[in-house]
Amino acid sequence: MRRALLIAVPYVWLLALFLVPFFIVLKISLSDTELAIPPYTPTLDLSQGWAGIKDFFSQLDFENFVWLTEDDLYWKAYLSSLKIAVISTFLTLLVGYPIAYGMARAPAEWRPTLMMLVILPFWTSFLIRVYAWMGILSNEGYLNQLLLWTGIISTPLTILNTNTAVYIGIVYTYLPFMILPIYSSLERMDESLIEAAEDLGCSRLQAFWLVTIPLSRPGIIAGCFLVMIPVIGEFVIPSLLGGSGTLMIGKVLWEEFFSNRDWPVASAVAVVLLLILVVPIVLFQRNQQKQAEAEK
Amino acid sequence: MTFKTLTLTAVLALGTSAAFAEEVRVYNWSDYIDEELLSKFEEETGLTLIYDVFDSNEVLETKMLAGGSGYDVVVPTADFMQRQIQAGVYQKLDKSKLPNLANMWDVIEERTSRYDPGNEYSINYMWGTTGLGLNVNKVKEVLGDDFPLDTMDLVLKPENMEKLATCGVHFLDAPTEIIPMVLQYLGEDPDSSDPDVIAKAEAPLLAVRPHIQKFHSSEYVNALANGEICVAVGWSGDVLQSRDRAIEAENGVEIVYNPFAEGSLMWSDQMLIPADSPNPDGAHQFLNFIMDAQNMATASNYVYYANGNKASQEFLLEDVIGDPAIYPTEETMSNLYTKSPYDSKTQRVVTRLWTKIKSGT
Repeated sequence: MRRALLIAVPYVWLLALFLVPFFIVLKISLSDTELAIPPYTPTLDLSQGWAGIKDFFSQLDFENFVWLTEDDLYWKAYLSSLKIAVISTFLTLLVGYPIAYGMARAPAEWRPTLMMLVILPFWTSFLIRVYAWMGILSNEGYLNQLLLWTGIISTPLTILNTNTAVYIGIVYTYLPFMILPIYSSLERMDESLIEAAEDLGCSRLQAFWLVTIPLSRPGIIAGCFLVMIPVIGEFVIPSLLGGSGTLMIGKVLWEEFFSNRDWPVASAVAVVLLLILVVPIVLFQRNQQKQAEAEK
Repeated sequence: MTFKTLTLTAVLALGTSAAFAEEVRVYNWSDYIDEELLSKFEEETGLTLIYDVFDSNEVLETKMLAGGSGYDVVVPTADFMQRQIQAGVYQKLDKSKLPNLANMWDVIEERTSRYDPGNEYSINYMWGTTGLGLNVNKVKEVLGDDFPLDTMDLVLKPENMEKLATCGVHFLDAPTEIIPMVLQYLGEDPDSSDPDVIAKAEAPLLAVRPHIQKFHSSEYVNALANGEICVAVGWSGDVLQSRDRAIEAENGVEIVYNPFAEGSLMWSDQMLIPADSPNPDGAHQFLNFIMDAQNMATASNYVYYANGNKASQEFLLEDVIGDPAIYPTEETMSNLYTKSPYDSKTQRVVTRLWTKIKSGT
């Protein structure tokens, strides 16, 4: 009995926080738009009993999904989001790995402080931190003023409102999600393995490449998924730091929802996005499982 | 003792329920009122005013169509409002509670009644035009002293935009404003909802697109004022507020607003009460307060937009009522055009075109 209850908890959680909202969105994606509150039809009318339910289901169809295939905007936006996500994940890894490595190799009594430094920025509102970047990157911003002052450049660089600014914003915001899993896998590593590798004739670089990197792989994979999955659907960073030309699926969703008042198509875009995300999430789960089994 | 406790509880209960009923929630455009008016309203009526802001009609519309927004007064632009009235979003005004309706200006009421027949649902708050915000010195530096500063050529001819790009150009992120403007430039009907006519706006916009730094509907106010950009296609009063911010900052930036010589879009923002307003009585009190001649004048003197209140005109500052950028001359007035709402099919064409212009796909 207790066992059943224990198993039930995660399922109830999944049902209430994932499946129910998903089916609501799925239902809207099969509806048609209408000028009313709410702006779609049909809505379930239980007062008519069985006939009402049958009538409700007979009005649902897949035309919004067909619509998504007819305009190349949607897949281009999905692809562009994916591209931005892959590039920024790679950049985050490039920046995050040395930081995690440095933390793991630092004297043990420093580590809590270093950990604190990584987490501390989270205590400030995310929105304020992105706005701060607007102040740093703008044409009259601190970065340009510094570069002009040092004489490295003679005319201000245009960074804000370009994809470069989006990458900077994403790398900055998601960095802790990359550092923490890599750090935790590096910290557990036995340092005598490196000594052994060096004894057997490896140079330091070879030892790093052949021993450290493979041992930290679970952390790298976890970090990459933790960054990439939310970045694909990112809306706030591209809309604040990006230019008008930054095409991302989050933005397309916004336009369908707000400009076209077309909740059904917006929901269809969201359902497809979810299906696209399910693939990496399943891969991530597998990896976690494998790792758990390996540790047994 | 028991008696005392009882009364105390009763008083507390009454107090809280009263506090709930006595709140008025207003949802208005950003930078669109003199905040002194907000505290004055609270003092005069004893109601608690909760004042939130937005910067796009689309955001407001989505909230209204979702229902249950909790707002008592909202301020959409007339063409959006017309469609929302059809959707059943608003309630009719109880004109017996609005004695200050007598202050309103028949010229503007006649124009807004095209969107809201008989002005049954709405009162006018402000109206204005969409035109050019310019940093005069920089633009002259780039285009030469003799270039006319009120033509659409300035922002729709690629060779001019190429030069202006060096000092920065913003466009409103509002397809319902920019596309009619381009149609007017091409000599087409700016109010057209024919997809073939709307498609004609694409080529000229794509040609100048590489030189537009950003499409945004509120950032240009600050960007113009601090010299980050030199041209904005924007709303009259916003540009004039930007002019004032530059004067306050004493940074040497000189901003002017010019309506287009080819004809500018005239829009009007209307105040309405949502059908599901929690406090319609308080909402009426707010509308009546706003329609007071002095209050309306205070608002216009602060935001530099013209209003639809005839009686307020004697309280307006000379640099508001006397400024043709705010209260246009008869001649400009006759040159202004208005726009009706798009149906959902046309809206989709317009949004799609807009995405293509902004992102290239």
